[in-house]
Amino acid sequence: MNALAANELLRVESLAKTFTLHLHGGARLPVVHGVSFSVAAGECVVLGGPSGVGKSSILKMAFGNYAVGEGRILLADGDRVIDVGRAGAAGILDARRRIVGYVSQFLRVIPRVGAIDVVAAAAQESGLDRAAARERAASLLARLDLPERLWSVPPATFSGGEQQRVNIARGFAGRHRLLILDEPTASLDAANRGAVIDLIAERKALGTGFLATFHDEDVRARVADRIVDVSLFSDREVA
Amino acid sequence: MMAPLLSVRGLNKRYGSIVACRDIAFELEEGEALAIVGESGSGKTTLLNLVAGALAADSGEVVYRMRDGAARPLSSLSEAERRALMRTDWGFVHQDASRGLRMNVSAGGNIGERLMAIGGRHYGRIRAAALDWLARVEIAAERVDDPPSTYSGGMRQRLQIARNLVTGPRLVFMDEPTGGLDVSVQARLLDLLRGLIADMGLAAIIVTHDLAVARLLSHRMLVMKQGEVIESGLTDRVLDDPQAPYTQLLVSSVLAA
Amino acid sequence: MNPRPYNFAYLDEQTKRMIRRAILKAIAIPGYQVPFASREMPMPYGWGTGGVQVTAAIIGPDDVLKVIDQGADDTTNAVSIRAFFAKTANVATTTDTTQATIIQTRHRVPETPLSAEQILVYQVPIPEPLRFLEPRETETRTMHALAEYGVMHVKLYEDIARHGHIATTYAYPARVADRYIMDPSPIPKFDNPKLDDCPALQLFGAGREKRIYAIPPHTRVVSLDFEDHPFERTKFDAACAFCGATDSFLDEVVVDDKGGRMFVCSDTDYCEKRRAAKAKDAAE
Repeated sequence: MNALAANELLRVESLAKTFTLHLHGGARLPVVHGVSFSVAAGECVVLGGPSGVGKSSILKMAFGNYAVGEGRILLADGDRVIDVGRAGAAGILDARRRIVGYVSQFLRVIPRVGAIDVVAAAAQESGLDRAAARERAASLLARLDLPERLWSVPPATFSGGEQQRVNIARGFAGRHRLLILDEPTASLDAANRGAVIDLIAERKALGTGFLATFHDEDVRARVADRIVDVSLFSDREVA
Repeated sequence: MMAPLLSVRGLNKRYGSIVACRDIAFELEEGEALAIVGESGSGKTTLLNLVAGALAADSGEVVYRMRDGAARPLSSLSEAERRALMRTDWGFVHQDASRGLRMNVSAGGNIGERLMAIGGRHYGRIRAAALDWLARVEIAAERVDDPPSTYSGGMRQRLQIARNLVTGPRLVFMDEPTGGLDVSVQARLLDLLRGLIADMGLAAIIVTHDLAVARLLSHRMLVMKQGEVIESGLTDRVLDDPQAPYTQLLVSSVLAA
Repeated sequence: MNPRPYNFAYLDEQTKRMIRRAILKAIAIPGYQVPFASREMPMPYGWGTGGVQVTAAIIGPDDVLKVIDQGADDTTNAVSIRAFFAKTANVATTTDTTQATIIQTRHRVPETPLSAEQILVYQVPIPEPLRFLEPRETETRTMHALAEYGVMHVKLYEDIARHGHIATTYAYPARVADRYIMDPSPIPKFDNPKLDDCPALQLFGAGREKRIYAIPPHTRVVSLDFEDHPFERTKFDAACAFCGATDSFLDEVVVDDKGGRMFVCSDTDYCEKRRAAKAKDAAE
C-alpha cells in the first residue's frame, strides 16, 4: 500500500462507481470513473460541477456510506493508511469515530433527543467527557445562532434551516482531521452561512482538511482552496 | 486485537425439506449492534434462537468469548453453564414481553430475580437495584410493587429490558423489540435501547423487519432471505447503497411518512 | 360373615418394596423428591394417602403408632387413620409422643423432642416448593437439578414488598443439607427449626403428587431468608390457657359468640402431659 504524503489526509485514486438497478431489469447506471484527487491538512477541496454529476456519490464513498466501485480511497491514520473500500464495517466505524466526519445536506432526525444532546453525543464519541461535550455543543449552537430555548427540544419540529444548523454543529463537534460536507449551507441564510464559513476557516487553521460541495458560489469562493471539476470524470448525462 | 465476542460458523437448520438457515456465518465484536432484517419466513428469528442456544442447530458452531477470555463453543457448555450464561452475561428480549417476564410477580421481583439467582440475599440492596433500573427504563418508582399484568405494552417491554440488563450482560438478543407497539411507544423504547446500548457498551443482535429500527440501533446489518444471508455490511451502507436485488427491493418498499 | 383379611398394613408386599426403595433413595438424597408409584388407597386424595403409604411400607408388628392432625390426636382424620392401621396391621397405637415409634402427622411437628428410635411421617399436599412460580414440571426438575433457586427468594421478596415482612407462615421453604430446597408440608414456620438436626428420621409422602422425600437424622435444614430479613420464629403474645406453656404452638379458639377467644396448645398430648405434671405438683 502506498504511503500517503506527510500532510495528505485523503487520496482518491481512479475511483469509479456504477449503480446496478436490479428492480429495473439490472440496468447499469454509471456515475463516475477515473476520479483522482487528494485533500491535504488545512485545505478545503471543493467538488464542482452541475447538479447530478456525481459529487455527492464521491463524498459518500469517501465516508464509507456508498460502496466503492473501482479504484481506491485512502485515509491517513497516523502512520497507517486505511483503504476505505476494503476496510470492513469495524474499520469504517472506527475511522468515523476518530478521523473523518460528515455533514449531510439534511439532518436525519431521531425522536426524543434534544438538539444539544444530538451535538453533545458527537462530541462525546470523539472522546470528550459528558460535561465538556455539552459545553462544546452549547458553544457551537450559539455560534450558529440557534436560540437557546430550542436547545433541549428535539429537532423534529424545527425549520429546515434550524435542523441544518444542528446538523452542522454535530459535524463540527468532534475532533476529526477530515470533514466531509455535502451542501451544508443550502438551507441557511447569509448570516448563518457566514458563521459556517468562519467555523471552516478556524478548523482549517487547526489543520483539519475539508472535502465539500457547495451550491452557493459565494461560500465556495470564500472557503475553497482548490476546486475539482467532477464533470471531467462523470458518466452522467446532465442537462 | 481481541478475538470477537461471538463467532458463528456454518450454522444450518432445516425443518424437513424447509431450509430455515443455510450456512450462516458472521462475527460480532464487543459493543457492536448487529441487525438481522428480513421478511416473514426469512429465517431471522430461527437464526436468533440458534445463536442464543434456544434451538439446536443441525450443524455449525457458535463460539462465545466468556468473561474469563476463553472462547467456548456453545455446544461444549453444560446445561448448567448455558443457563447461568443466559442469566448473567446474556439477555434475551422477546417480542412478547409476557414471555420474558413473570407476569404475576411485582416489577421489583422481576428485576431482582437475576440478582437473587446469582446469590443476592439482601432485600434492601435488591430493591434499591430494582428502583434504580426502573428509573433507567423510565418506569415510575411507585410501580415497583405492581406486577406487569397491570402494565401497558410499552411498560412491559421496558420492564423486560430492565430485567435482562440488571446483571450487566455483554450480549443481548432482541426479537422484534418494538413489534406490536404504538408508534409513539416505539419511539420511546428505541431511544431507550439506543442509549442503553451506547452507555453499557452492549453487543446486541436485533431481529427486525423494520429498516428504520435497524438504522437507528445497529452498526451492521445482515439481510436474510429464505434462510440465507444475501447481503451484509455497515447498516447505512446497506440501506443507502444496497447491492443485492432483494435488498434493493426491501429498501425501496419502505414508505416514508 | 367373615371379614376379608387384609395384607399386613393393607398394601401388598411388592408395593411396600417399591415404596421402601423410594424411601431409601430419598434418604440417600436428602430433600430430593423421589417419584413413586402411588397406589389407590381406601381414602381419597387430600386425606393423607401419601403419609399412609409411607407408614404402611415401614410399619412392623412391634411398632407403636401415633397419628396427629394439626397437632391433635382426636380429630376425624387422625382417628380414622389410626383405626385404619389398627385394623389392617393390628399394631399398638398411642397418643403419647414418647411412646410412639412411628408418628404420622398432618401439618404439625410434635412439641415433645423426638429421639433416634422414632420416625416422623408427614402428609404432604404439594411437594414442589417451586410450583407456585413455575407450573412446568420439566422446568422445576431442571431447576432442582441445577440448584437454580433464585425464584424461591423472589417469593420471599414479594412477601416483604407486599407485607413489609416475610408473610409465609406455613409451608415455609427450607434448604436441606445445603443442597435441595424443599417444602416441609404445611407445618407452621414455628416448627421449621425442629426439622434441623433432628435425631429422628423424617419422611414426607405426597400421594396425589406421587413423591416421597426425606430428611435423614441430624441433617442441616435451614429456612430461607434475607440477610436483612432473617428467619424469625413466630412468637405468641399469650400462653396456653390450659397448661400455661409459652413455648408451644398455640391454636386460637373462639369460645362464644361475643368474640371471646382463648389460646391453647395445638399439640394435645404435650398440653395434657404438662397439665398432668402441674396437677401432680399441686397435689404434692
